[in-house]
Amino acid sequence: MDPSTADVPSPTTVEPAWECRDDGPSRLVVLSGDWIARLHAVPSDAFETILNGPGLSSVALQADKIGAWDSGLLTFVAGLRRGADQHGLTLDESGLPPSARRLLALLPRDALPAAPARPSRSIRAVLGTQALTVWAEGGAVATMLGETILRGGAALRGQARMRRTDLLVALQDAGASALSIVIVVNLLMGGILAFVGAVQLRRFGADIYVADLVGIAVVREIAALITAVVMSGRTGGAYAAQIATMLGNEEIDALRTIGVPLHDYLILPRILALTLMMPLLYLYGSVAGIFGGFLVAVAMLNLTPATFLAHLQTSVTGSQVLFGLSKSIAFGGVIAIIGCRIGLSAGRSASDVGRAATRAVVAGIVAIIALDAVCAVCANALRF
Amino acid sequence: MPPPLEDGAKIAVEGLAFGYGSEPIQNNLSFTVATGSIFAIMGGSGCGKSTLLKVLIGLLRPLAGTVHVRGEDYWSVSADRREQIGRRCGVLFQSGALWSSMSIADNVALPLRMFTALTEPEIDRLVQLKLDLVGLTAPGDMMPSDLSGGMRKRVGLARAMALDPDILFLDEPSAGLDPIGARRLDDLILALRDGFGSTVVMVSHELPSLFAICDGGIFLDADTHTAIAIGAPRDLRDRCDDPTVHAFMNREIPKSDSAVDDGGQK
Ligand SMILES: Nc1ncnc2c1ncn2[C@@H]1O[C@H](COP(=O)(O)OP(=O)(O)OP(=O)(O)O)[C@@H](O)[C@H]1O
Ligand SMILES: [Mg+2]
Repeated sequence: MDPSTADVPSPTTVEPAWECRDDGPSRLVVLSGDWIARLHAVPSDAFETILNGPGLSSVALQADKIGAWDSGLLTFVAGLRRGADQHGLTLDESGLPPSARRLLALLPRDALPAAPARPSRSIRAVLGTQALTVWAEGGAVATMLGETILRGGAALRGQARMRRTDLLVALQDAGASALSIVIVVNLLMGGILAFVGAVQLRRFGADIYVADLVGIAVVREIAALITAVVMSGRTGGAYAAQIATMLGNEEIDALRTIGVPLHDYLILPRILALTLMMPLLYLYGSVAGIFGGFLVAVAMLNLTPATFLAHLQTSVTGSQVLFGLSKSIAFGGVIAIIGCRIGLSAGRSASDVGRAATRAVVAGIVAIIALDAVCAVCANALRF
Repeated sequence: MPPPLEDGAKIAVEGLAFGYGSEPIQNNLSFTVATGSIFAIMGGSGCGKSTLLKVLIGLLRPLAGTVHVRGEDYWSVSADRREQIGRRCGVLFQSGALWSSMSIADNVALPLRMFTALTEPEIDRLVQLKLDLVGLTAPGDMMPSDLSGGMRKRVGLARAMALDPDILFLDEPSAGLDPIGARRLDDLILALRDGFGSTVVMVSHELPSLFAICDGGIFLDADTHTAIAIGAPRDLRDRCDDPTVHAFMNREIPKSDSAVDDGGQK
């Protein structure tokens, strides 16, 4: 094999070696062998042996007998330079190959000042900074919410400075493209609910109420919640990743400098799209969930379709649909705002984009469930 | 079978055509890069210089033609062999292409950690040497996102040099460097060539450095989709009578274009 493509020491290269010849206070170091960095390491005790000696004041290098060399020789000389400075010795490099000396001439003569150690911070400072960050983050989210409400109206009247195509693409992405997965997930949830519910209800001979169970649970809670969780993973994460990538490419800076209002241009279409599409997805999701329950009830519990539908009609009222519908609108807004905000506050590297996407999904789901809990408590207090 | 190479040629390209779809960007390129030479790829913006580099470093399969690297037909050897050849090549991408999740020292150290048996202190010494050689004055634990454009280029160059490659491919190494930095870079490239015997293939628009250091080159043209001149840049400047090449080398607006411009103003 060609020795230069192999990365293991091959028989054709010779270990680097040196020999010291002392002449009073000056020492001549004769280098021989092949100084190839990736094949042969220079022994780390070399510097100490070469630079230490009684009454030594200067060290000269001689490389007449040297074989092949690359960075291996250069790091060796650079190490000697550093050591010689510490020991107060003079280092004579004139015996090195001219091209090596040209490369060595490019190295800075004095070592760079060490990077200042980061000051350690007290626990109070850490906590305080964190609290201030959280406070500022809350302010930023509130500003975003306020701007959305102010500009949302303008946008619906066609007065916001966003591109129509951006809105349409966002609508398509948060709507039609998400429909199939929302339907599948809700269908399965409705089926599972009917099945688990029926096993319990049968003990009391109350199989018939499975229609009420599925209908109310799906319309009030499950459809809105499950759809929001799916959309948080699908769309909220994507928003954060898109915006974080734009940030890393300085696209956001470019928008800022030409004076494009970031909120109108970048954020509003996304928030509008998700808040407009979520209620529609919720409706489709409810129908799919109830249909899933219906299938299980008819196929496995021997209910007749007519009884199921009759029970459904009496249990699911318009106000419950309205309750689920308004929750889904709020969920859509929350997911979009969280996604955009986390994207905008991300760092600028590739891993920051990934982190922003994950954070947006997690924060979105937590926020939705928390909001849902608040809604449940309020509805209970209002006897709704 | 003895490879069809000129004496001492490191890279030999024959009848090469390449492009991203089936439509070639450049056709029928033939040139050789001699061992230990500094070869320039020149041409206007968007004519396919970076894409040619991609073909030479094995990222893009050519549509037609052959590339011989050190006598081996690069695109017909096994993928393993291609990787092995590639390991002896260092590449500086036009955008730097630093790994953004690693500190700059780790960027330079990664090839050493992956492909050598060196210990950490030795790797640290080599990394520091490479960063010093390219003239980077930032601490090694900085992240690429905190660097200026020119500093990123330098780290990219240090990474390309990490394994002391036989062939260095540099895509616009001096873009983003100040004049002194660009001059230092010329010195570095020459010293690497003379010291390590590296062969350098570089894309550059920097006329002074093309004239000063390159001893071979190819000029690609976007309109005719092929090479319109081959030779050392300083010879092309003095002797080539193709109007596009002449204009490029002398920093002029080509005759035909300026005539149109004048017509437009009247
Ligand atoms: N990933 C890609 N997919 C499709 N086409 C591409 C891709 N990258 C570049 N091109 C096209 O190939 C052509 C050549 O691009 P290339 O990047 O090689 O130009 P270049 O000569 O390096 O230009 P510059 O001097 O501006 O860097 C251009 O017309 C470009 O539009
Ligand atoms: Mg390019």
